[in-house]
Amino acid sequence: MMRTLTFTEALREALHEEMDRDDTIFVIGEDVITHGGPYKVTEGIAERFPGRIFETPIAEAGIMGVGVGAAMAGMNPVVEIMYMDFVTCAMDEVVNQAAKMRYMTGGQASVPMVIRLPCGVGRLLAAQHSQIMESWFMHVPGLQVVVPSTPGDAKGLLKSAIRSPDPVLFFEYKRIYTSRGEVPDGEHTIPLGQAKICREGEDATIVAIGPMVQKSLEAAILLEDDGYDVEVVDARSLSPLDTDTICESVRRTGHAVVCGEDSSFAGAVSEIAAMIGENCFRELNGPVVRVGSPHVPMPFSSELVKHVVPEVPNITEAVGRVMM
Amino acid sequence: MDLSSELGKEMYRNMWRIRLFEEEANRQTSLGSVVGALHMYCGEEAVAVGVCSNLRDDDYVLGTHRSHGHCLAKGAESRRMMAELFGKVTGTCAGKGGSMHIADFSLNMLGANGIVGAGIAPATGAALASKLRGTDQVSVCFFGDGAAARGTFHEGIGLGALWKLPVIYVCENNQYQQWVPRMNVAVVDSVADMAGSYAIPGVSVDGQNLVEVYEVAGEAVERARKGGGPTLIEARTYRFYGHSLGDEEQYRTSEEVEEWRTNQDPIINFRSTMMEQGWLTEEEDAQIQNEIQDEIAEAVRFAEESPYPTPEQVTTDVLAPAQEVA
Repeated sequence: MMRTLTFTEALREALHEEMDRDDTIFVIGEDVITHGGPYKVTEGIAERFPGRIFETPIAEAGIMGVGVGAAMAGMNPVVEIMYMDFVTCAMDEVVNQAAKMRYMTGGQASVPMVIRLPCGVGRLLAAQHSQIMESWFMHVPGLQVVVPSTPGDAKGLLKSAIRSPDPVLFFEYKRIYTSRGEVPDGEHTIPLGQAKICREGEDATIVAIGPMVQKSLEAAILLEDDGYDVEVVDARSLSPLDTDTICESVRRTGHAVVCGEDSSFAGAVSEIAAMIGENCFRELNGPVVRVGSPHVPMPFSSELVKHVVPEVPNITEAVGRVMM
Repeated sequence: MDLSSELGKEMYRNMWRIRLFEEEANRQTSLGSVVGALHMYCGEEAVAVGVCSNLRDDDYVLGTHRSHGHCLAKGAESRRMMAELFGKVTGTCAGKGGSMHIADFSLNMLGANGIVGAGIAPATGAALASKLRGTDQVSVCFFGDGAAARGTFHEGIGLGALWKLPVIYVCENNQYQQWVPRMNVAVVDSVADMAGSYAIPGVSVDGQNLVEVYEVAGEAVERARKGGGPTLIEARTYRFYGHSLGDEEQYRTSEEVEEWRTNQDPIINFRSTMMEQGWLTEEEDAQIQNEIQDEIAEAVRFAEESPYPTPEQVTTDVLAPAQEVA
């Protein structure tokens, strides 16, 4: 049996392997040396790769801008934003600089940088430390948006993201940092823009993002009792989006539910649902239903959080609705 | 003076190239051939030329929305720049950038920038790249006095100072932030004084005096190349035209503009210096100006005759063509 690692260990392994392979890669971010980052992903890099990890003052715009400039000058920075919410302090650097450079310069510029974004609800840190915001970046041409859901994919996708010649927003759901799964040893890459069918089924397709993949697999088992054979597709990459795999699955099953943890209003799930509606209308036997958070900031109290983050029953209920 | 006749003539020629390029771009805008915003560099030529004359081809330059001068001073071809302003496929950015995003990566001119102060941290990043690679390339970031109010000024220079990076921050203080006199909205008069916050040298120079800019920039470049870290240079200068085309210029008097044009023209000032040194004759002066005029006329011809980009090019250059993982 293949060895297992946690999501954090898988990311760390990807970083170490890539930095060992290519000395243009460096890490930059807040607390990345002394504390190893808030989730310890960068632990051990300073010892193994001295001079290639930069612990910064609290200056997200500066960090991101330095990343953009170093990338344009031929380096491959991996930028850590401590909590993804803080990326809003560096939006010009991401949206006006990193994303547009290649286009504005007529293809002269390349910005090969990875922006690591710990996101979502974690230790009840409330509204300013729990956002997801995938769709903000999906909306910007020139950016790639990647969301791993398992440790194996975390390693494979991070390695591919680092090798990509264009900027990647790499979403790491804090809640699954400690989850464990099989991770191939050594070289393991997953091309960006490829969804994965995690479970095959005939009656309905659930397209899921991040931690909703695991919940969808759990929902699929419960739905067996209702007589539904459900297929689960992990989107993995939101931009570019693997429309082929998603549409092929929906055309086969005739039903679609799209699940994400972020607010579904104008969220990643909305784009996927619209895309399915546009491309698979004739094969659909019911409405495309989105599952996501209500359109509220993340509350603090655990009693309130329960009503925000979608769980397995939300998915089974949604599948029931599309099957009616 | 650390200058030669040869270098002096080269810099003099470069200043005329910028002046005549800008005036022609202005004329082409009024003719409708050039569209979009046009922020002219006239009056500030000594800053770009004085700084860039200290640079090697492999040194990095990042600019502002007013960056035609920076590009030309770094060595960009006037005809490809003019074609860019015309939106033609032969332009430096294949017609996708235009005036505010003009760039020439073959000269490590990493781009003008439409966002005020947005080049400061990327210039710092390019300097970090030089340091990591172990080369002695330096980075120069030009920005205006308005940028000194932005957080990116503080964050970018702070990081450059922290890591002692080979970067020169050049503030072109032309005294107006778009339509507002700087001191209406600033409390520190000299941007150079702000260097103290980052424990790096800060020098204020007369931006209309090419020799002074050249020498101060030369010291800063040498210090950066030898590992001495960043310098903040404030070049006090003046824009002879408004913020951009169509500016009614209600924020300054025509007498003030006339005074600067008459007595503080960096090209005329440097011509006097050249003549005093015996480095330039009237004939040579006329020849230089004629040659540049011909070059700019040829640039317009090239731009006019060049094709527009094709419809297929709308969707190229968003991402790199091949996204295959190595």
